Amino acid sequence: MPASLSLPLEVDGLCYRAGPDLLIEKVSVTIENAGVSVIMGPNGAGKSLFLRLIHGLLGPSAGEIRWAGRPLDLETRRRQALVFQKPVLMRRSVAANIDFVLKPQGGQYRQRRDQVLHQAGLYRLRNQAARLLSGGEQQRLALARALATDPDVLLLDEPCASIDSAATLRIENLLRQTRERGVKIILVTHDTGQARRLADDMLFMHNGRLLEYRPAAEFFAAPSSEQARAFLDGKIVI
Amino acid sequence: MQDFSAAFGLAFSLIIGADADLIEIIALSLRVSISAVLLSALIGFPLGALIAVARFPGRQVAAVILNALMGLPPVVVGLLVYMAISRAGPLGWMNLLYTPAAMIIAQTILVTPIIAALTRQVVEDMHKEYDEQFRSLCIAPQRVIAALIWDSRYSLLTVTLAGFGRAIAEVGAVIIVGGNIDHLTRVMTTAIALETSRGDLALALALGIILLILALSVNAAVYGLRSSARRLAYA
Repeated sequence: MPASLSLPLEVDGLCYRAGPDLLIEKVSVTIENAGVSVIMGPNGAGKSLFLRLIHGLLGPSAGEIRWAGRPLDLETRRRQALVFQKPVLMRRSVAANIDFVLKPQGGQYRQRRDQVLHQAGLYRLRNQAARLLSGGEQQRLALARALATDPDVLLLDEPCASIDSAATLRIENLLRQTRERGVKIILVTHDTGQARRLADDMLFMHNGRLLEYRPAAEFFAAPSSEQARAFLDGKIVI
Repeated sequence: MQDFSAAFGLAFSLIIGADADLIEIIALSLRVSISAVLLSALIGFPLGALIAVARFPGRQVAAVILNALMGLPPVVVGLLVYMAISRAGPLGWMNLLYTPAAMIIAQTILVTPIIAALTRQVVEDMHKEYDEQFRSLCIAPQRVIAALIWDSRYSLLTVTLAGFGRAIAEVGAVIIVGGNIDHLTRVMTTAIALETSRGDLALALALGIILLILALSVNAAVYGLRSSARRLAYA
């Protein structure tokens, strides 16, 4: 698997404050490995917030984020794509949703669009209104649109949270193909099964702090933190 | 009461017989109001979208001013345009006074704030939904505005309709700058006012009925279009 050009991701002393609440507390981590990094943790752990911070959608209250040694500038962000938990689709056809990100690149964008739609299994639905798709198809379209930008890094915020298992399987297959092409994937989920199926390395967060960052096999075999153990045992972690 | 019945009868005969004067007045009314609404949309859509999307000092003040301008008194607009285009005014050299162009200018000034203020509201709501996705995709501001206008096109049709309603029913401004000159600047509203004052209720009623039919037809068409769009999930 080729290495992503945007790595390593270096996060140093990252904090995010909303009013009096410290929602992300001194998170420091360096992610060098290609493949899929899964961020897991209970609700309110700060997973989605962390994802938005490393993508630059939110500015940190303190700390630094660097991708391949570069600060989080526009150039760096253009090499990333983010798929949200609830897909944000434009009030257009399936094809037009992809065209929206491809047109500025000019050239043979229709060819690229059709290729991406084939890959996502949405080509036959290309003329349908995007908002009439099923939940799983909408999420695949959001993923296809993200992939159409040809990112080095793909960030996903619980993309399978509200779709059924068949749709989840198709998304996971797409993610595996994407990983094989050398795209770095950072996936937020609280689905332990999905994390086991996809993760190369695991980040476990709790109450805004990063408790563990380890290879997935090690993490699942013997989590070192009490909260991660309880989470993997299916206990309620507050 | 009898006079009213006779007037209604006359009105329908004028409509059914496609009276030439009547047709001329209707055509000019539509020309003036549609031109004004198109110009207003051209200015109001991007202006409203810009205020909805851009972050600049005084943005809230701009939104309040825009909302306040929705209630501009037509006679005041008529008076200001009159002063600007009359022979002694700064635009007197253009010889626009008592022409349909002057009426279009006056109606554009009246309708633009309505279209811009309602566009701001529509676009702001959609922007809340799209904002994170657009920022994630690093979309340039001008593309954001264009995309928001395009994606809210069916809602903006209703906005345009509100502007058309204001324009076609307006009398105060167009009578000042147009002068209600027969075969030149006489539109439905000014004709209704004139014919009523002269006691010719038949023509006034005919024009009134047509005005209502026009308003109903345009509303029905836009309602139908919006319903279809919603059914197709584009709206």
